[in-house]
Amino acid sequence: MSYTVAVAQLKPKKADYQHNLARVAGAFEQVAHLAPRPDVLVLPETAMSGYFLEGGVRESSRTAQELFTDLLARFRGCFPPDAALDVVVGFYEAAEGRYYNSALYATLSGTECPEQARIVHVHRKFFLPTYGVFDEKRFVARGRTIAAFSTRLGPAAMLICEDAWHSVSSAVAALQGALSLYVLSASPGRGFEGATTGNLQRWDRLLPGIAEEHNVFVVYAGLVGFEGGKGFTGSSRIVDPWGAEVVRGPVAGECLLTGSVDLDLLAAARAGTPLLMDLESNLGDLSLMLDRLVRGPHELLGGSL
Amino acid sequence: MSAHDLELPLIAARPFDPEDATPLELNPTLTVDWLVEFLRDEIVRRRGFRRAVVGLSGGVDSSLTAYLCALALGAENVFGVRMPYRTSSQDSLDHAAMVAEALGLPMSTVEITGAVDGYLSLEPDADGRRRGNVMARTRMVVLFDQSAKLSALPVGTGNKTERLFGYFTWHADDSPPVNPLGDLYKTQVWQLASAVGVPEVIVRKPASADLVVGQTDEGDFGISYGRADRVLYYLLRGYTPEKLVEIGFPATEVGLVVGRLSSTHWKRHLPTSAMLSTTSINDYYLRPVDY
Repeated sequence: MSYTVAVAQLKPKKADYQHNLARVAGAFEQVAHLAPRPDVLVLPETAMSGYFLEGGVRESSRTAQELFTDLLARFRGCFPPDAALDVVVGFYEAAEGRYYNSALYATLSGTECPEQARIVHVHRKFFLPTYGVFDEKRFVARGRTIAAFSTRLGPAAMLICEDAWHSVSSAVAALQGALSLYVLSASPGRGFEGATTGNLQRWDRLLPGIAEEHNVFVVYAGLVGFEGGKGFTGSSRIVDPWGAEVVRGPVAGECLLTGSVDLDLLAAARAGTPLLMDLESNLGDLSLMLDRLVRGPHELLGGSL
Repeated sequence: MSAHDLELPLIAARPFDPEDATPLELNPTLTVDWLVEFLRDEIVRRRGFRRAVVGLSGGVDSSLTAYLCALALGAENVFGVRMPYRTSSQDSLDHAAMVAEALGLPMSTVEITGAVDGYLSLEPDADGRRRGNVMARTRMVVLFDQSAKLSALPVGTGNKTERLFGYFTWHADDSPPVNPLGDLYKTQVWQLASAVGVPEVIVRKPASADLVVGQTDEGDFGISYGRADRVLYYLLRGYTPEKLVEIGFPATEVGLVVGRLSSTHWKRHLPTSAMLSTTSINDYYLRPVDY
């Protein structure tokens, strides 16, 4: 199967949920009139609030259900009643007495097919950067899982920013069967010595590496704009399972990217470099080694697990 | 086949060279574009100003700042203000005018001698340091008043080296709300200034606060900017002073830089408030500057 992706590379207004919701509605409106009409719209990390909120996470967070309800209402204002659109969006989530840096995957649908509309999955950022300019562990709790999930567009998984900087995250997602990997990011530009910023050079190595190693499609949505002197480096893109870019947005400035994802190509890519299958077959040994790493400090202390 | 024939071609990594300034070299186009976008965002989008006011000293920092502001806002929206004291050098005034003329930006001159001497007449024993601080703080009074008069946001000009050395007057040079050069070492300021076309006579002249006749920054420091920047670059990346000496930096220079850096942390922070509650501002109650 193949489907069409749209990535809205946005600059949110700091801590203004309603304003940002209106911007998403604007993207819905634009997507609704594209031909072919995209099947999924992807927005960056913290697209509903801006990234650097510190304690303001308390005021800008929403439950996944609240966000879903708001998105569905805006969707139905833009799309025909028989239409459906999947949406992937980053937001600060309030859930179970905690705050998370999360990504929502939802299917939105019109009034003639309301049964399709649902929250498909919520990914809570697993690796929270807390160093240098980042201070996430101070303000949000970490997620406990990285999970692939079924969508009407095939199995998928979501990662948020530093999640993807750990090669194990995409490996876990791919091992669970994800064919499309959505990576949402708010990456502040730093390192101005080279042709592009240092953080962007890292993404330029990472994203094709992930796609090529696991033979998955990678859809990357990057925040843009400045927050308190820190500018985000956009560069949203779609990467095919051989690691080649299908389409790429600019470093600065808002835009709407579109491109197609043909999941039928994955088999050919995986037949050429069956690294994921090799990983699967060696999982037992790896699991034992990882288990020993986890238990090691406790066993050294004389404890038993 | 002899042993010589079996010898492999040797490819050796270059040894570390503490004189190598390459790590400090920026991509000037990338950096200038970024700073221009930063200024537009901070001045126009976030704060709703369309104009900026820059204190033009005739030095490379304020000149580069004026060039960047002109790129971001258009030269007609950047006001240059010269604020000479009676001992300020003519070169400083001429170079400030050169920048204004080259960019085509409006410039005014506000003499601070009367205000400074008026106060100092009450403090005739004030030493050079105090007199310099009074001048710097008077210039900020002028700059912020010009800001109100012109509806133009004051833009700061302090670079990273002087911030790290504490070589500025607290709540004076550092007080403008927006500063495009604050993460640029002085040698990087020189690089960008040349790239955007700041006249070479300004880029190449010895940097000076011009608070005392004949004063130069490097004379005050006891080390050149080039050498100081290289030590600072590695210190801030986490190299210990001992490691820097071990890999070839002169111990005296490392000691001098570390001494300045470690004695001035307070100047890079807001005033210290006594914490009494669990809602203490900036300790517990944390909101970013653009919230």
